[in-house]
Amino acid sequence: METRLAGLFRRMTGDEKHEWAAASTLDVLWVLYDRVLDVSPERPDDPDRDRFLLSKGHGPMAFYAVLAAKGFIDADVLDRWTEFGSPLGQHPDRTLVPGAEIGSGSLGHGMALGVGTAFGLRAQGRTARVVVLVGDGELDEGSNHEAIAVAGRHNLDRLTVVVIDNRSSSHGWPGGIADRFAVEGWRAVTVDGRDHEALYEALTIEPDGRPTVVVAEVGSGE
Amino acid sequence: MKQGDTGQDAAMRVVFVQALNKALAQDARLAVVTADISAAAFDESRERFPDRVVNVGIREQAMIGVAGGLALTGMRPVVHSYAPFLVERPYEQIKLDLGHQDVGAVLVSIGGSYDDPAWGRTHQSPADVTLIDSLPGWTVHVPGHPAEVEPLLEQALSGDGLVYLRLSTRVNRTPFGPSDGFTVVRSGSRGVVLAVGPILDQVLAAVSGVDVTVLYASTIRPFDHAGLLAAARSAVPNIVLVEPYLRGTSAHEVSLALADVPHRLLALGVDRDEEKRAYGTAPDHDRLHGLDPAGIARAVNAFLG
Repeated sequence: METRLAGLFRRMTGDEKHEWAAASTLDVLWVLYDRVLDVSPERPDDPDRDRFLLSKGHGPMAFYAVLAAKGFIDADVLDRWTEFGSPLGQHPDRTLVPGAEIGSGSLGHGMALGVGTAFGLRAQGRTARVVVLVGDGELDEGSNHEAIAVAGRHNLDRLTVVVIDNRSSSHGWPGGIADRFAVEGWRAVTVDGRDHEALYEALTIEPDGRPTVVVAEVGSGE
Repeated sequence: MKQGDTGQDAAMRVVFVQALNKALAQDARLAVVTADISAAAFDESRERFPDRVVNVGIREQAMIGVAGGLALTGMRPVVHSYAPFLVERPYEQIKLDLGHQDVGAVLVSIGGSYDDPAWGRTHQSPADVTLIDSLPGWTVHVPGHPAEVEPLLEQALSGDGLVYLRLSTRVNRTPFGPSDGFTVVRSGSRGVVLAVGPILDQVLAAVSGVDVTVLYASTIRPFDHAGLLAAARSAVPNIVLVEPYLRGTSAHEVSLALADVPHRLLALGVDRDEEKRAYGTAPDHDRLHGLDPAGIARAVNAFLG
Protein backbone atom coordinates (compact mmCIF):
# COMPACT_ATOMS: atom_id res chain seq x y z
CA MET A 1 0.00 0.00 0.00
CA GLU A 2 2.80 2.39 0.86
CA THR A 3 4.16 1.98 -2.66
CA ARG A 4 0.79 2.87 -4.17
CA LEU A 5 0.54 5.83 -1.81
CA ALA A 6 3.92 7.11 -2.86
CA GLY A 7 2.84 6.75 -6.48
CA LEU A 8 -0.27 8.80 -5.84
CA PHE A 9 1.80 11.43 -4.06
CA ARG A 10 4.17 11.78 -6.98
CA ARG A 11 1.34 12.39 -9.44
CA MET A 12 1.15 15.93 -8.14
CA THR A 13 4.06 17.97 -9.45
CA GLY A 14 4.91 21.62 -9.63
CA ASP A 15 5.16 22.47 -5.94
CA GLU A 16 8.67 21.30 -5.22
CA LYS A 17 9.14 24.04 -2.65
CA HIS A 18 6.52 22.43 -0.47
CA GLU A 19 7.42 18.85 -1.29
CA TRP A 20 9.26 18.30 1.97
CA ALA A 21 6.45 19.90 3.95
CA ALA A 22 4.02 17.55 2.27
CA ALA A 23 6.20 14.47 2.57
CA SER A 24 6.70 15.13 6.27
CA THR A 25 3.01 14.53 6.93
CA LEU A 26 2.57 11.41 4.81
CA ASP A 27 3.20 8.80 7.50
CA VAL A 28 0.99 10.46 10.08
CA LEU A 29 -1.82 10.90 7.59
CA TRP A 30 -1.62 7.32 6.47
CA VAL A 31 -1.73 5.91 10.00
CA LEU A 32 -4.65 8.19 10.82
CA TYR A 33 -6.75 7.29 7.81
CA ASP A 34 -5.78 3.61 7.66
CA ARG A 35 -6.00 2.66 11.32
CA VAL A 36 -7.25 5.43 13.59
CA LEU A 37 -9.98 7.68 12.24
CA ASP A 38 -13.56 6.50 12.00
CA VAL A 39 -14.27 8.06 8.61
CA SER A 40 -15.50 6.71 5.31
CA PRO A 41 -16.26 8.10 1.86
CA GLU A 42 -19.59 6.24 2.07
CA ARG A 43 -20.82 8.39 4.95
CA PRO A 44 -19.17 11.81 4.57
CA ASP A 45 -21.94 13.57 6.47
CA ASP A 46 -22.30 11.11 9.33
CA PRO A 47 -22.55 13.36 12.40
CA ASP A 48 -20.73 10.72 14.43
CA ARG A 49 -17.73 10.50 12.13
CA ASP A 50 -14.35 11.50 13.46
CA ARG A 51 -13.15 14.86 12.26
CA PHE A 52 -9.71 15.44 10.80
CA LEU A 53 -8.70 19.06 10.35
CA LEU A 54 -5.65 19.75 8.21
CA SER A 55 -4.57 23.06 9.66
CA LYS A 56 -1.17 22.79 8.02
CA GLY A 57 -2.68 23.40 4.60
CA HIS A 58 0.65 23.99 2.88
CA GLY A 59 1.76 21.18 0.64
CA PRO A 60 -1.47 19.17 0.79
CA MET A 61 -0.20 16.58 -1.68
CA ALA A 62 0.09 13.95 1.04
CA PHE A 63 -3.44 14.68 2.19
CA TYR A 64 -4.80 14.39 -1.34
CA ALA A 65 -2.86 11.18 -1.91
CA VAL A 66 -4.30 9.62 1.23
CA LEU A 67 -7.83 10.77 0.34
CA ALA A 68 -7.40 9.17 -3.07
CA ALA A 69 -6.03 5.96 -1.60
CA LYS A 70 -9.03 5.76 0.70
CA GLY A 71 -11.59 6.51 -1.99
CA PHE A 72 -12.65 10.00 -0.99
CA ILE A 73 -11.50 11.42 -4.31
CA ASP A 74 -10.79 9.93 -7.72
CA ALA A 75 -7.08 9.34 -8.20
CA ASP A 76 -7.27 10.76 -11.71
CA VAL A 77 -8.05 14.15 -10.23
CA LEU A 78 -4.54 14.26 -8.79
CA ASP A 79 -3.09 14.75 -12.26
CA ARG A 80 -5.04 17.98 -12.69
CA TRP A 81 -4.31 19.54 -9.33
CA THR A 82 -4.02 23.35 -9.35
CA GLU A 83 -5.54 23.52 -12.82
CA PHE A 84 -8.48 25.73 -13.54
CA GLY A 85 -11.60 23.73 -12.78
CA SER A 86 -9.78 21.22 -10.59
CA PRO A 87 -11.11 20.72 -7.06
CA LEU A 88 -7.56 20.34 -5.79
CA GLY A 89 -5.45 23.41 -5.22
CA GLN A 90 -2.27 24.09 -3.36
CA HIS A 91 -4.40 24.79 -0.35
CA PRO A 92 -7.56 22.72 0.16
CA ASP A 93 -11.07 24.12 0.02
CA ARG A 94 -13.60 22.13 2.07
CA THR A 95 -16.37 22.93 -0.39
CA LEU A 96 -14.41 21.34 -3.24
CA VAL A 97 -12.59 18.40 -1.67
CA PRO A 98 -14.65 15.46 -0.38
CA GLY A 99 -13.30 14.48 3.00
CA ALA A 100 -11.73 17.84 3.80
CA GLU A 101 -13.31 19.19 6.96
CA ILE A 102 -11.84 22.68 6.68
CA GLY A 103 -10.34 24.94 4.07
CA SER A 104 -6.83 25.85 5.12
CA GLY A 105 -3.66 27.48 3.95
CA SER A 106 -3.45 30.53 6.16
CA LEU A 107 -1.67 29.19 9.21
CA GLY A 108 -3.03 29.09 12.73
CA HIS A 109 -6.72 28.58 12.11
CA GLY A 110 -7.21 24.82 12.50
CA MET A 111 -6.60 24.46 16.18
CA ALA A 112 -9.26 26.92 17.27
CA LEU A 113 -11.64 25.37 14.74
CA GLY A 114 -10.81 22.00 16.27
CA VAL A 115 -11.51 23.27 19.76
CA GLY A 116 -14.88 24.57 18.59
CA THR A 117 -15.63 21.30 16.83
CA ALA A 118 -14.80 19.40 20.00
CA PHE A 119 -17.07 21.66 22.00
CA GLY A 120 -19.88 21.18 19.50
CA LEU A 121 -19.61 17.42 19.41
CA ARG A 122 -19.52 17.22 23.19
CA ALA A 123 -22.51 19.52 23.44
CA GLN A 124 -24.42 17.10 21.21
CA GLY A 125 -23.42 14.12 23.32
CA ARG A 126 -21.23 12.63 20.63
CA THR A 127 -17.95 10.88 21.28
CA ALA A 128 -16.36 11.38 17.87
CA ARG A 129 -12.73 12.36 17.93
CA VAL A 130 -11.26 15.57 16.57
CA VAL A 131 -7.72 15.42 15.23
CA VAL A 132 -5.94 18.56 14.10
CA LEU A 133 -2.65 18.45 12.22
CA VAL A 134 -0.36 21.47 12.56
CA GLY A 135 3.29 22.17 11.85
CA ASP A 136 5.93 23.36 14.31
CA GLY A 137 6.44 26.50 12.23
CA GLU A 138 2.72 27.09 12.25
CA LEU A 139 2.82 27.19 16.05
CA ASP A 140 4.47 30.60 15.69
CA GLU A 141 0.99 31.95 15.12
CA GLY A 142 -0.36 33.29 18.38
CA SER A 143 -3.89 32.07 17.64
CA ASN A 144 -2.70 28.51 18.35
CA HIS A 145 -1.71 29.37 21.87
CA GLU A 146 -5.09 30.86 22.60
CA ALA A 147 -6.65 27.59 21.48
CA ILE A 148 -4.17 25.51 23.48
CA ALA A 149 -5.11 27.37 26.63
CA VAL A 150 -8.84 27.05 26.01
CA ALA A 151 -8.68 23.32 25.27
CA GLY A 152 -6.57 22.65 28.33
CA ARG A 153 -9.00 24.45 30.63
CA HIS A 154 -12.05 22.69 29.24
CA ASN A 155 -10.91 19.08 29.38
CA LEU A 156 -11.51 18.45 25.71
CA ASP A 157 -10.22 14.91 25.83
CA ARG A 158 -11.63 13.95 22.43
CA LEU A 159 -9.29 16.50 20.88
CA THR A 160 -5.88 15.43 19.61
CA VAL A 161 -3.40 17.76 18.00
CA VAL A 162 -0.60 16.30 15.94
CA VAL A 163 2.39 18.58 15.56
CA ILE A 164 4.62 17.68 12.64
CA ASP A 165 7.97 18.81 13.96
CA ASN A 166 10.14 19.35 10.90
CA ARG A 167 12.03 22.14 12.67
CA SER A 168 10.75 24.89 10.46
CA SER A 169 9.99 27.39 13.22
CA SER A 170 12.24 30.41 12.85
CA HIS A 171 12.91 30.71 16.57
CA GLY A 172 12.45 27.10 17.67
CA TRP A 173 10.76 25.99 20.88
CA PRO A 174 13.15 26.08 23.86
CA GLY A 175 12.08 23.44 26.34
CA GLY A 176 10.37 21.46 23.62
CA ILE A 177 7.01 21.67 21.90
CA ALA A 178 5.42 19.09 24.20
CA ASP A 179 6.03 21.24 27.28
CA ARG A 180 4.16 24.16 25.69
CA PHE A 181 1.04 22.04 25.69
CA ALA A 182 1.69 20.23 28.97
CA VAL A 183 1.88 23.45 30.95
CA GLU A 184 -1.65 24.20 29.75
CA GLY A 185 -2.97 20.87 30.95
CA TRP A 186 -2.50 18.68 27.90
CA ARG A 187 -1.22 15.14 27.81
CA ALA A 188 1.88 15.24 25.66
CA VAL A 189 3.52 12.43 23.74
CA THR A 190 6.56 12.69 21.51
CA VAL A 191 7.21 10.02 18.88
CA ASP A 192 9.19 9.30 15.75
CA GLY A 193 6.96 10.67 13.01
CA ARG A 194 8.02 7.88 10.62
CA ASP A 195 7.35 5.01 13.01
CA HIS A 196 3.86 3.77 12.20
CA GLU A 197 3.50 1.58 15.29
CA ALA A 198 4.62 4.37 17.58
CA LEU A 199 2.25 6.77 15.87
CA TYR A 200 -0.63 4.30 16.15
CA GLU A 201 0.00 3.76 19.82
CA ALA A 202 0.18 7.48 20.54
CA LEU A 203 -2.94 8.23 18.50
CA THR A 204 -5.07 5.58 20.21
CA ILE A 205 -4.33 6.01 23.89
CA GLU A 206 -7.45 6.08 26.02
CA PRO A 207 -8.94 9.46 26.91
CA ASP A 208 -8.08 10.62 30.41
CA GLY A 209 -9.86 13.94 30.67
CA ARG A 210 -7.14 15.94 28.94
CA PRO A 211 -6.62 16.92 25.29
CA THR A 212 -3.64 15.17 23.77
CA VAL A 213 -0.78 16.47 21.70
CA VAL A 214 1.33 14.07 19.67
CA VAL A 215 4.59 15.63 18.59
CA ALA A 216 5.74 13.72 15.52
CA GLU A 217 9.42 14.35 14.96
CA VAL A 218 10.40 13.98 11.32
CA GLY A 219 13.68 15.86 11.11
CA SER A 220 14.42 18.99 9.15
CA GLY A 221 14.64 17.39 5.72
CA GLU A 222 18.01 18.99 5.13
CA MET B 1 9.09 27.61 2.78
CA LYS B 2 6.56 29.84 4.50
CA GLN B 3 3.01 30.75 3.71
CA GLY B 4 2.72 33.25 0.91
CA ASP B 5 6.26 32.66 -0.23
CA THR B 6 4.99 31.18 -3.44
CA GLY B 7 8.28 31.41 -5.26
CA GLN B 8 6.67 33.18 -8.17
CA ASP B 9 8.60 35.52 -10.36
CA ALA B 10 8.10 38.92 -8.81
CA ALA B 11 10.10 41.63 -10.54
CA MET B 12 8.47 44.35 -8.46
CA ARG B 13 9.49 42.61 -5.25
CA VAL B 14 13.07 42.28 -6.49
CA VAL B 15 13.23 46.02 -7.13
CA PHE B 16 11.67 46.72 -3.73
CA VAL B 17 14.11 44.49 -1.85
CA GLN B 18 17.14 45.95 -3.58
CA ALA B 19 16.01 49.52 -3.02
CA LEU B 20 15.12 48.97 0.61
CA ASN B 21 18.39 47.20 1.46
CA LYS B 22 20.22 50.11 -0.07
CA ALA B 23 18.14 52.64 1.84
CA LEU B 24 18.68 50.81 5.14
CA ALA B 25 22.39 51.42 4.85
CA GLN B 26 21.87 55.11 4.20
CA ASP B 27 19.13 56.07 6.65
CA ALA B 28 19.38 55.02 10.31
CA ARG B 29 15.73 55.92 10.80
CA LEU B 30 14.53 53.07 8.61
CA ALA B 31 13.50 49.71 9.99
CA VAL B 32 12.09 46.55 8.43
CA VAL B 33 9.70 44.09 10.02
CA THR B 34 8.82 40.77 8.39
CA ALA B 35 6.94 37.65 9.40
CA ASP B 36 9.16 35.07 7.68
CA ILE B 37 7.92 35.86 4.17
CA SER B 38 10.81 37.48 2.26
CA ALA B 39 12.81 37.66 5.50
CA ALA B 40 15.79 36.04 3.82
CA ALA B 41 15.91 38.93 1.37
CA PHE B 42 17.05 41.10 4.26
CA ASP B 43 19.52 38.69 5.88
CA GLU B 44 22.54 40.82 5.12
CA SER B 45 20.90 43.97 6.42
CA ARG B 46 19.73 42.09 9.51
CA GLU B 47 23.29 41.11 10.27
CA ARG B 48 24.43 44.70 9.97
CA PHE B 49 21.47 46.28 11.74
CA PRO B 50 19.93 43.64 14.00
CA ASP B 51 17.78 46.09 15.93
CA ARG B 52 16.40 47.70 12.79
CA VAL B 53 15.71 44.60 10.71
CA VAL B 54 13.46 42.27 12.66
CA ASN B 55 11.86 39.00 11.60
CA VAL B 56 9.18 38.04 14.10
CA GLY B 57 8.45 34.57 12.70
CA ILE B 58 4.99 33.71 11.43
CA ARG B 59 3.33 36.27 13.69
CA GLU B 60 1.56 38.87 11.61
CA GLN B 61 -0.23 40.63 14.45
CA ALA B 62 3.07 41.02 16.24
CA MET B 63 4.64 42.17 12.98
CA ILE B 64 2.38 45.22 12.83
CA GLY B 65 2.55 45.85 16.58
CA VAL B 66 6.34 45.80 16.50
CA ALA B 67 6.26 48.25 13.61
CA GLY B 68 4.00 50.51 15.66
CA GLY B 69 6.44 50.36 18.56
CA LEU B 70 9.34 51.21 16.30
CA ALA B 71 7.38 54.16 14.95
CA LEU B 72 6.62 55.33 18.49
CA THR B 73 10.37 55.72 18.96
CA GLY B 74 10.66 57.85 15.82
CA MET B 75 11.75 55.12 13.43
CA ARG B 76 10.28 54.69 9.97
CA PRO B 77 9.20 51.05 9.79
CA VAL B 78 8.63 49.17 6.55
CA VAL B 79 6.51 46.05 6.87
CA HIS B 80 6.40 43.49 4.10
CA SER B 81 4.42 40.31 3.51
CA TYR B 82 2.02 38.58 1.17
CA ALA B 83 -1.11 40.74 0.88
CA PRO B 84 -3.60 38.65 2.93
CA PHE B 85 -1.13 38.31 5.78
CA LEU B 86 -0.14 41.95 5.70
CA VAL B 87 -3.58 43.53 5.55
CA GLU B 88 -6.37 41.11 6.38
CA ARG B 89 -4.94 39.08 9.22
CA PRO B 90 -3.55 41.95 11.33
CA TYR B 91 -6.20 44.45 10.33
CA GLU B 92 -7.01 45.51 13.88
CA GLN B 93 -3.33 46.08 14.59
CA ILE B 94 -3.15 48.28 11.50
CA LYS B 95 -6.13 50.24 12.77
CA LEU B 96 -4.98 50.52 16.37
CA ASP B 97 -1.21 50.01 16.57
CA LEU B 98 -0.54 52.37 13.68
CA GLY B 99 -3.47 54.67 12.96
CA HIS B 100 -4.85 55.06 16.48
CA GLN B 101 -1.36 55.60 17.91
CA ASP B 102 -0.96 58.36 15.34
CA VAL B 103 2.24 56.86 13.95
CA GLY B 104 3.20 56.07 10.39
CA ALA B 105 4.55 53.07 8.56
CA VAL B 106 5.05 51.78 5.05
CA LEU B 107 3.22 48.53 4.34
CA VAL B 108 4.42 46.74 1.22
CA SER B 109 2.45 43.79 -0.10
CA ILE B 110 2.89 41.31 -2.91
CA GLY B 111 0.32 38.92 -4.35
CA GLY B 112 -2.70 41.17 -4.31
CA SER B 113 -6.00 40.09 -5.70
CA TYR B 114 -5.21 36.79 -7.40
CA ASP B 115 -1.68 36.98 -8.72
CA ASP B 116 -1.26 33.24 -8.20
CA PRO B 117 -4.70 31.66 -7.82
CA ALA B 118 -3.32 28.12 -7.76
CA TRP B 119 -2.80 28.89 -4.06
CA GLY B 120 -6.52 29.29 -3.47
CA ARG B 121 -8.62 31.71 -1.52
CA THR B 122 -6.34 31.91 1.49
CA HIS B 123 -3.70 33.59 -0.63
CA GLN B 124 -6.00 36.01 -2.41
CA SER B 125 -6.70 39.48 -1.12
CA PRO B 126 -8.86 41.46 -3.52
CA ALA B 127 -10.19 43.62 -0.68
CA ASP B 128 -6.83 44.88 0.56
CA VAL B 129 -7.15 48.36 -0.93
CA THR B 130 -10.77 48.53 0.18
CA LEU B 131 -9.81 47.71 3.75
CA ILE B 132 -6.96 50.21 3.83
CA ASP B 133 -9.29 52.76 2.24
CA SER B 134 -11.69 52.33 5.15
CA LEU B 135 -9.05 53.77 7.48
CA PRO B 136 -8.21 57.47 7.43
CA GLY B 137 -5.01 59.04 6.24
CA TRP B 138 -3.51 56.37 4.02
CA THR B 139 -1.64 56.92 0.79
CA VAL B 140 -2.06 53.98 -1.59
CA HIS B 141 0.31 53.26 -4.44
CA VAL B 142 -0.49 50.59 -7.04
CA PRO B 143 2.47 50.53 -9.44
CA GLY B 144 1.95 48.89 -12.80
CA HIS B 145 5.58 48.31 -13.71
CA PRO B 146 8.77 47.43 -11.78
CA ALA B 147 10.35 50.72 -12.85
CA GLU B 148 7.59 52.59 -11.01
CA VAL B 149 8.37 50.92 -7.68
CA GLU B 150 11.55 52.63 -6.55
CA PRO B 151 10.35 56.25 -6.95
CA LEU B 152 7.17 55.43 -5.05
CA LEU B 153 9.14 53.65 -2.31
CA GLU B 154 11.57 56.56 -1.98
CA GLN B 155 8.66 58.92 -1.62
CA ALA B 156 7.16 56.70 1.07
CA LEU B 157 10.39 56.28 3.01
CA SER B 158 11.06 59.99 3.14
CA GLY B 159 7.73 60.79 4.77
CA ASP B 160 6.14 60.08 8.13
CA GLY B 161 2.66 59.01 7.12
CA LEU B 162 0.74 55.83 6.48
CA VAL B 163 1.56 54.33 3.09
CA TYR B 164 0.38 51.14 1.42
CA LEU B 165 2.50 50.06 -1.53
CA ARG B 166 0.79 47.27 -3.43
CA LEU B 167 3.22 45.26 -5.55
CA SER B 168 2.10 42.74 -8.11
CA THR B 169 3.47 40.05 -10.37
CA ARG B 170 1.23 41.47 -13.10
CA VAL B 171 2.94 44.25 -15.01
CA ASN B 172 2.30 46.63 -17.89
CA ARG B 173 4.68 46.78 -20.80
CA THR B 174 5.55 50.46 -20.31
CA PRO B 175 6.24 52.35 -17.08
CA PHE B 176 5.09 55.86 -16.29
CA GLY B 177 7.14 58.32 -14.29
CA PRO B 178 6.13 59.68 -10.88
CA SER B 179 3.18 62.05 -11.01
CA ASP B 180 1.21 64.03 -8.50
CA GLY B 181 -1.98 63.07 -10.29
CA PHE B 182 -3.43 60.84 -12.96
CA THR B 183 -1.53 60.54 -16.22
CA VAL B 184 -3.41 61.17 -19.46
CA VAL B 185 -2.46 58.21 -21.65
CA ARG B 186 -4.67 59.24 -24.56
CA SER B 187 -7.60 61.58 -25.18
CA GLY B 188 -11.06 60.91 -26.57
CA SER B 189 -14.58 62.29 -26.56
CA ARG B 190 -17.09 59.56 -25.63
CA GLY B 191 -15.99 58.99 -22.08
CA VAL B 192 -13.14 58.68 -19.57
CA VAL B 193 -11.59 55.38 -18.54
CA LEU B 194 -9.43 55.38 -15.42
CA ALA B 195 -7.08 52.36 -15.19
CA VAL B 196 -5.24 51.64 -11.96
CA GLY B 197 -1.80 50.01 -11.88
CA PRO B 198 -1.19 46.74 -13.71
CA ILE B 199 -4.62 46.61 -15.36
CA LEU B 200 -3.65 49.36 -17.84
CA ASP B 201 -2.48 47.12 -20.68
CA GLN B 202 -5.72 45.14 -20.59
CA VAL B 203 -7.72 48.36 -20.62
CA LEU B 204 -5.78 49.75 -23.58
CA ALA B 205 -6.35 46.54 -25.51
CA ALA B 206 -10.05 46.63 -24.67
CA VAL B 207 -10.62 50.22 -25.85
CA SER B 208 -8.21 50.27 -28.79
CA GLY B 209 -10.98 51.16 -31.21
CA VAL B 210 -13.07 53.30 -28.90
CA ASP B 211 -12.93 57.11 -28.76
CA VAL B 212 -12.34 57.58 -25.04
CA THR B 213 -9.83 59.29 -22.80
CA VAL B 214 -7.65 56.89 -20.82
CA LEU B 215 -6.19 57.98 -17.51
CA TYR B 216 -3.58 55.98 -15.61
CA ALA B 217 -3.03 55.97 -11.85
CA SER B 218 -0.19 54.38 -9.91
CA THR B 219 -1.31 56.37 -6.87
CA ILE B 220 -5.00 55.96 -6.10
CA ARG B 221 -5.04 57.56 -2.63
CA PRO B 222 -5.14 60.45 -2.42
CA PHE B 223 -7.47 60.39 -5.40
CA ASP B 224 -6.77 62.99 -8.07
CA HIS B 225 -10.16 64.71 -8.01
CA ALA B 226 -8.97 67.60 -10.16
CA GLY B 227 -7.49 65.30 -12.78
CA LEU B 228 -10.68 63.32 -13.18
CA LEU B 229 -12.80 66.46 -13.20
CA ALA B 230 -10.70 68.01 -15.96
CA ALA B 231 -10.92 64.85 -18.06
CA ALA B 232 -14.67 64.55 -17.50
CA ARG B 233 -15.19 68.12 -18.64
CA SER B 234 -13.29 67.44 -21.86
CA ALA B 235 -15.47 64.49 -22.86
CA VAL B 236 -18.93 63.10 -22.40
CA PRO B 237 -18.96 62.34 -18.65
CA ASN B 238 -19.27 58.59 -19.06
CA ILE B 239 -16.78 57.39 -16.43
CA VAL B 240 -15.34 53.88 -16.45
CA LEU B 241 -13.32 52.93 -13.39
CA VAL B 242 -11.16 49.82 -13.81
CA GLU B 243 -9.37 48.64 -10.66
CA PRO B 244 -7.39 45.39 -10.25
CA TYR B 245 -8.94 44.78 -6.84
CA LEU B 246 -12.47 44.86 -5.42
CA ARG B 247 -14.95 46.39 -7.85
CA GLY B 248 -16.07 49.90 -7.00
CA THR B 249 -13.39 50.58 -4.39
CA SER B 250 -12.90 54.11 -5.73
CA ALA B 251 -16.52 54.75 -6.76
CA HIS B 252 -17.05 57.05 -3.79
CA GLU B 253 -14.03 59.10 -4.84
CA VAL B 254 -15.46 59.48 -8.35
CA SER B 255 -18.68 60.74 -6.78
CA LEU B 256 -16.75 63.29 -4.75
CA ALA B 257 -14.69 64.42 -7.73
CA LEU B 258 -17.76 64.85 -9.92
CA ALA B 259 -20.17 66.02 -7.27
CA ASP B 260 -21.23 68.97 -9.42
CA VAL B 261 -21.08 67.19 -12.77
CA PRO B 262 -23.97 65.00 -13.91
CA HIS B 263 -22.24 61.78 -14.91
CA ARG B 264 -22.59 58.04 -15.41
CA LEU B 265 -20.27 55.52 -13.77
CA LEU B 266 -19.30 51.97 -14.69
CA ALA B 267 -17.08 50.36 -12.05
CA LEU B 268 -15.10 47.25 -13.05
CA GLY B 269 -12.91 45.15 -10.80
CA VAL B 270 -12.81 41.91 -8.86
CA ASP B 271 -16.32 40.55 -8.41
CA ARG B 272 -17.68 41.16 -4.93
CA ASP B 273 -20.90 39.16 -5.32
CA GLU B 274 -19.53 35.66 -4.87
CA GLU B 275 -16.34 33.85 -4.00
CA LYS B 276 -14.78 32.33 -7.11
CA ARG B 277 -13.92 28.82 -6.02
CA ALA B 278 -11.37 28.06 -8.69
CA TYR B 279 -7.63 27.66 -8.99
CA GLY B 280 -5.78 28.01 -12.29
CA THR B 281 -3.90 31.08 -13.45
CA ALA B 282 -4.30 34.82 -13.12
CA PRO B 283 -5.53 35.12 -16.75
CA ASP B 284 -8.16 32.46 -15.93
CA HIS B 285 -9.38 34.66 -13.10
CA ASP B 286 -9.26 37.77 -15.27
CA ARG B 287 -11.84 36.04 -17.45
CA LEU B 288 -13.89 34.97 -14.42
CA HIS B 289 -14.07 38.55 -13.21
CA GLY B 290 -14.53 40.12 -16.64
CA LEU B 291 -11.16 41.84 -16.42
CA ASP B 292 -9.61 40.32 -19.54
CA PRO B 293 -9.54 42.63 -22.58
CA ALA B 294 -12.61 40.97 -24.08
CA GLY B 295 -14.57 41.26 -20.83
CA ILE B 296 -13.63 44.90 -20.35
CA ALA B 297 -14.47 45.65 -23.99
CA ARG B 298 -17.91 44.05 -23.67
CA ALA B 299 -18.69 46.05 -20.55
CA VAL B 300 -17.41 49.35 -21.95
CA ASN B 301 -19.20 48.98 -25.28
CA ALA B 302 -22.47 48.12 -23.56
CA PHE B 303 -22.04 51.10 -21.23
CA LEU B 304 -21.29 53.59 -23.99
CA GLY B 305 -24.04 52.21 -26.22
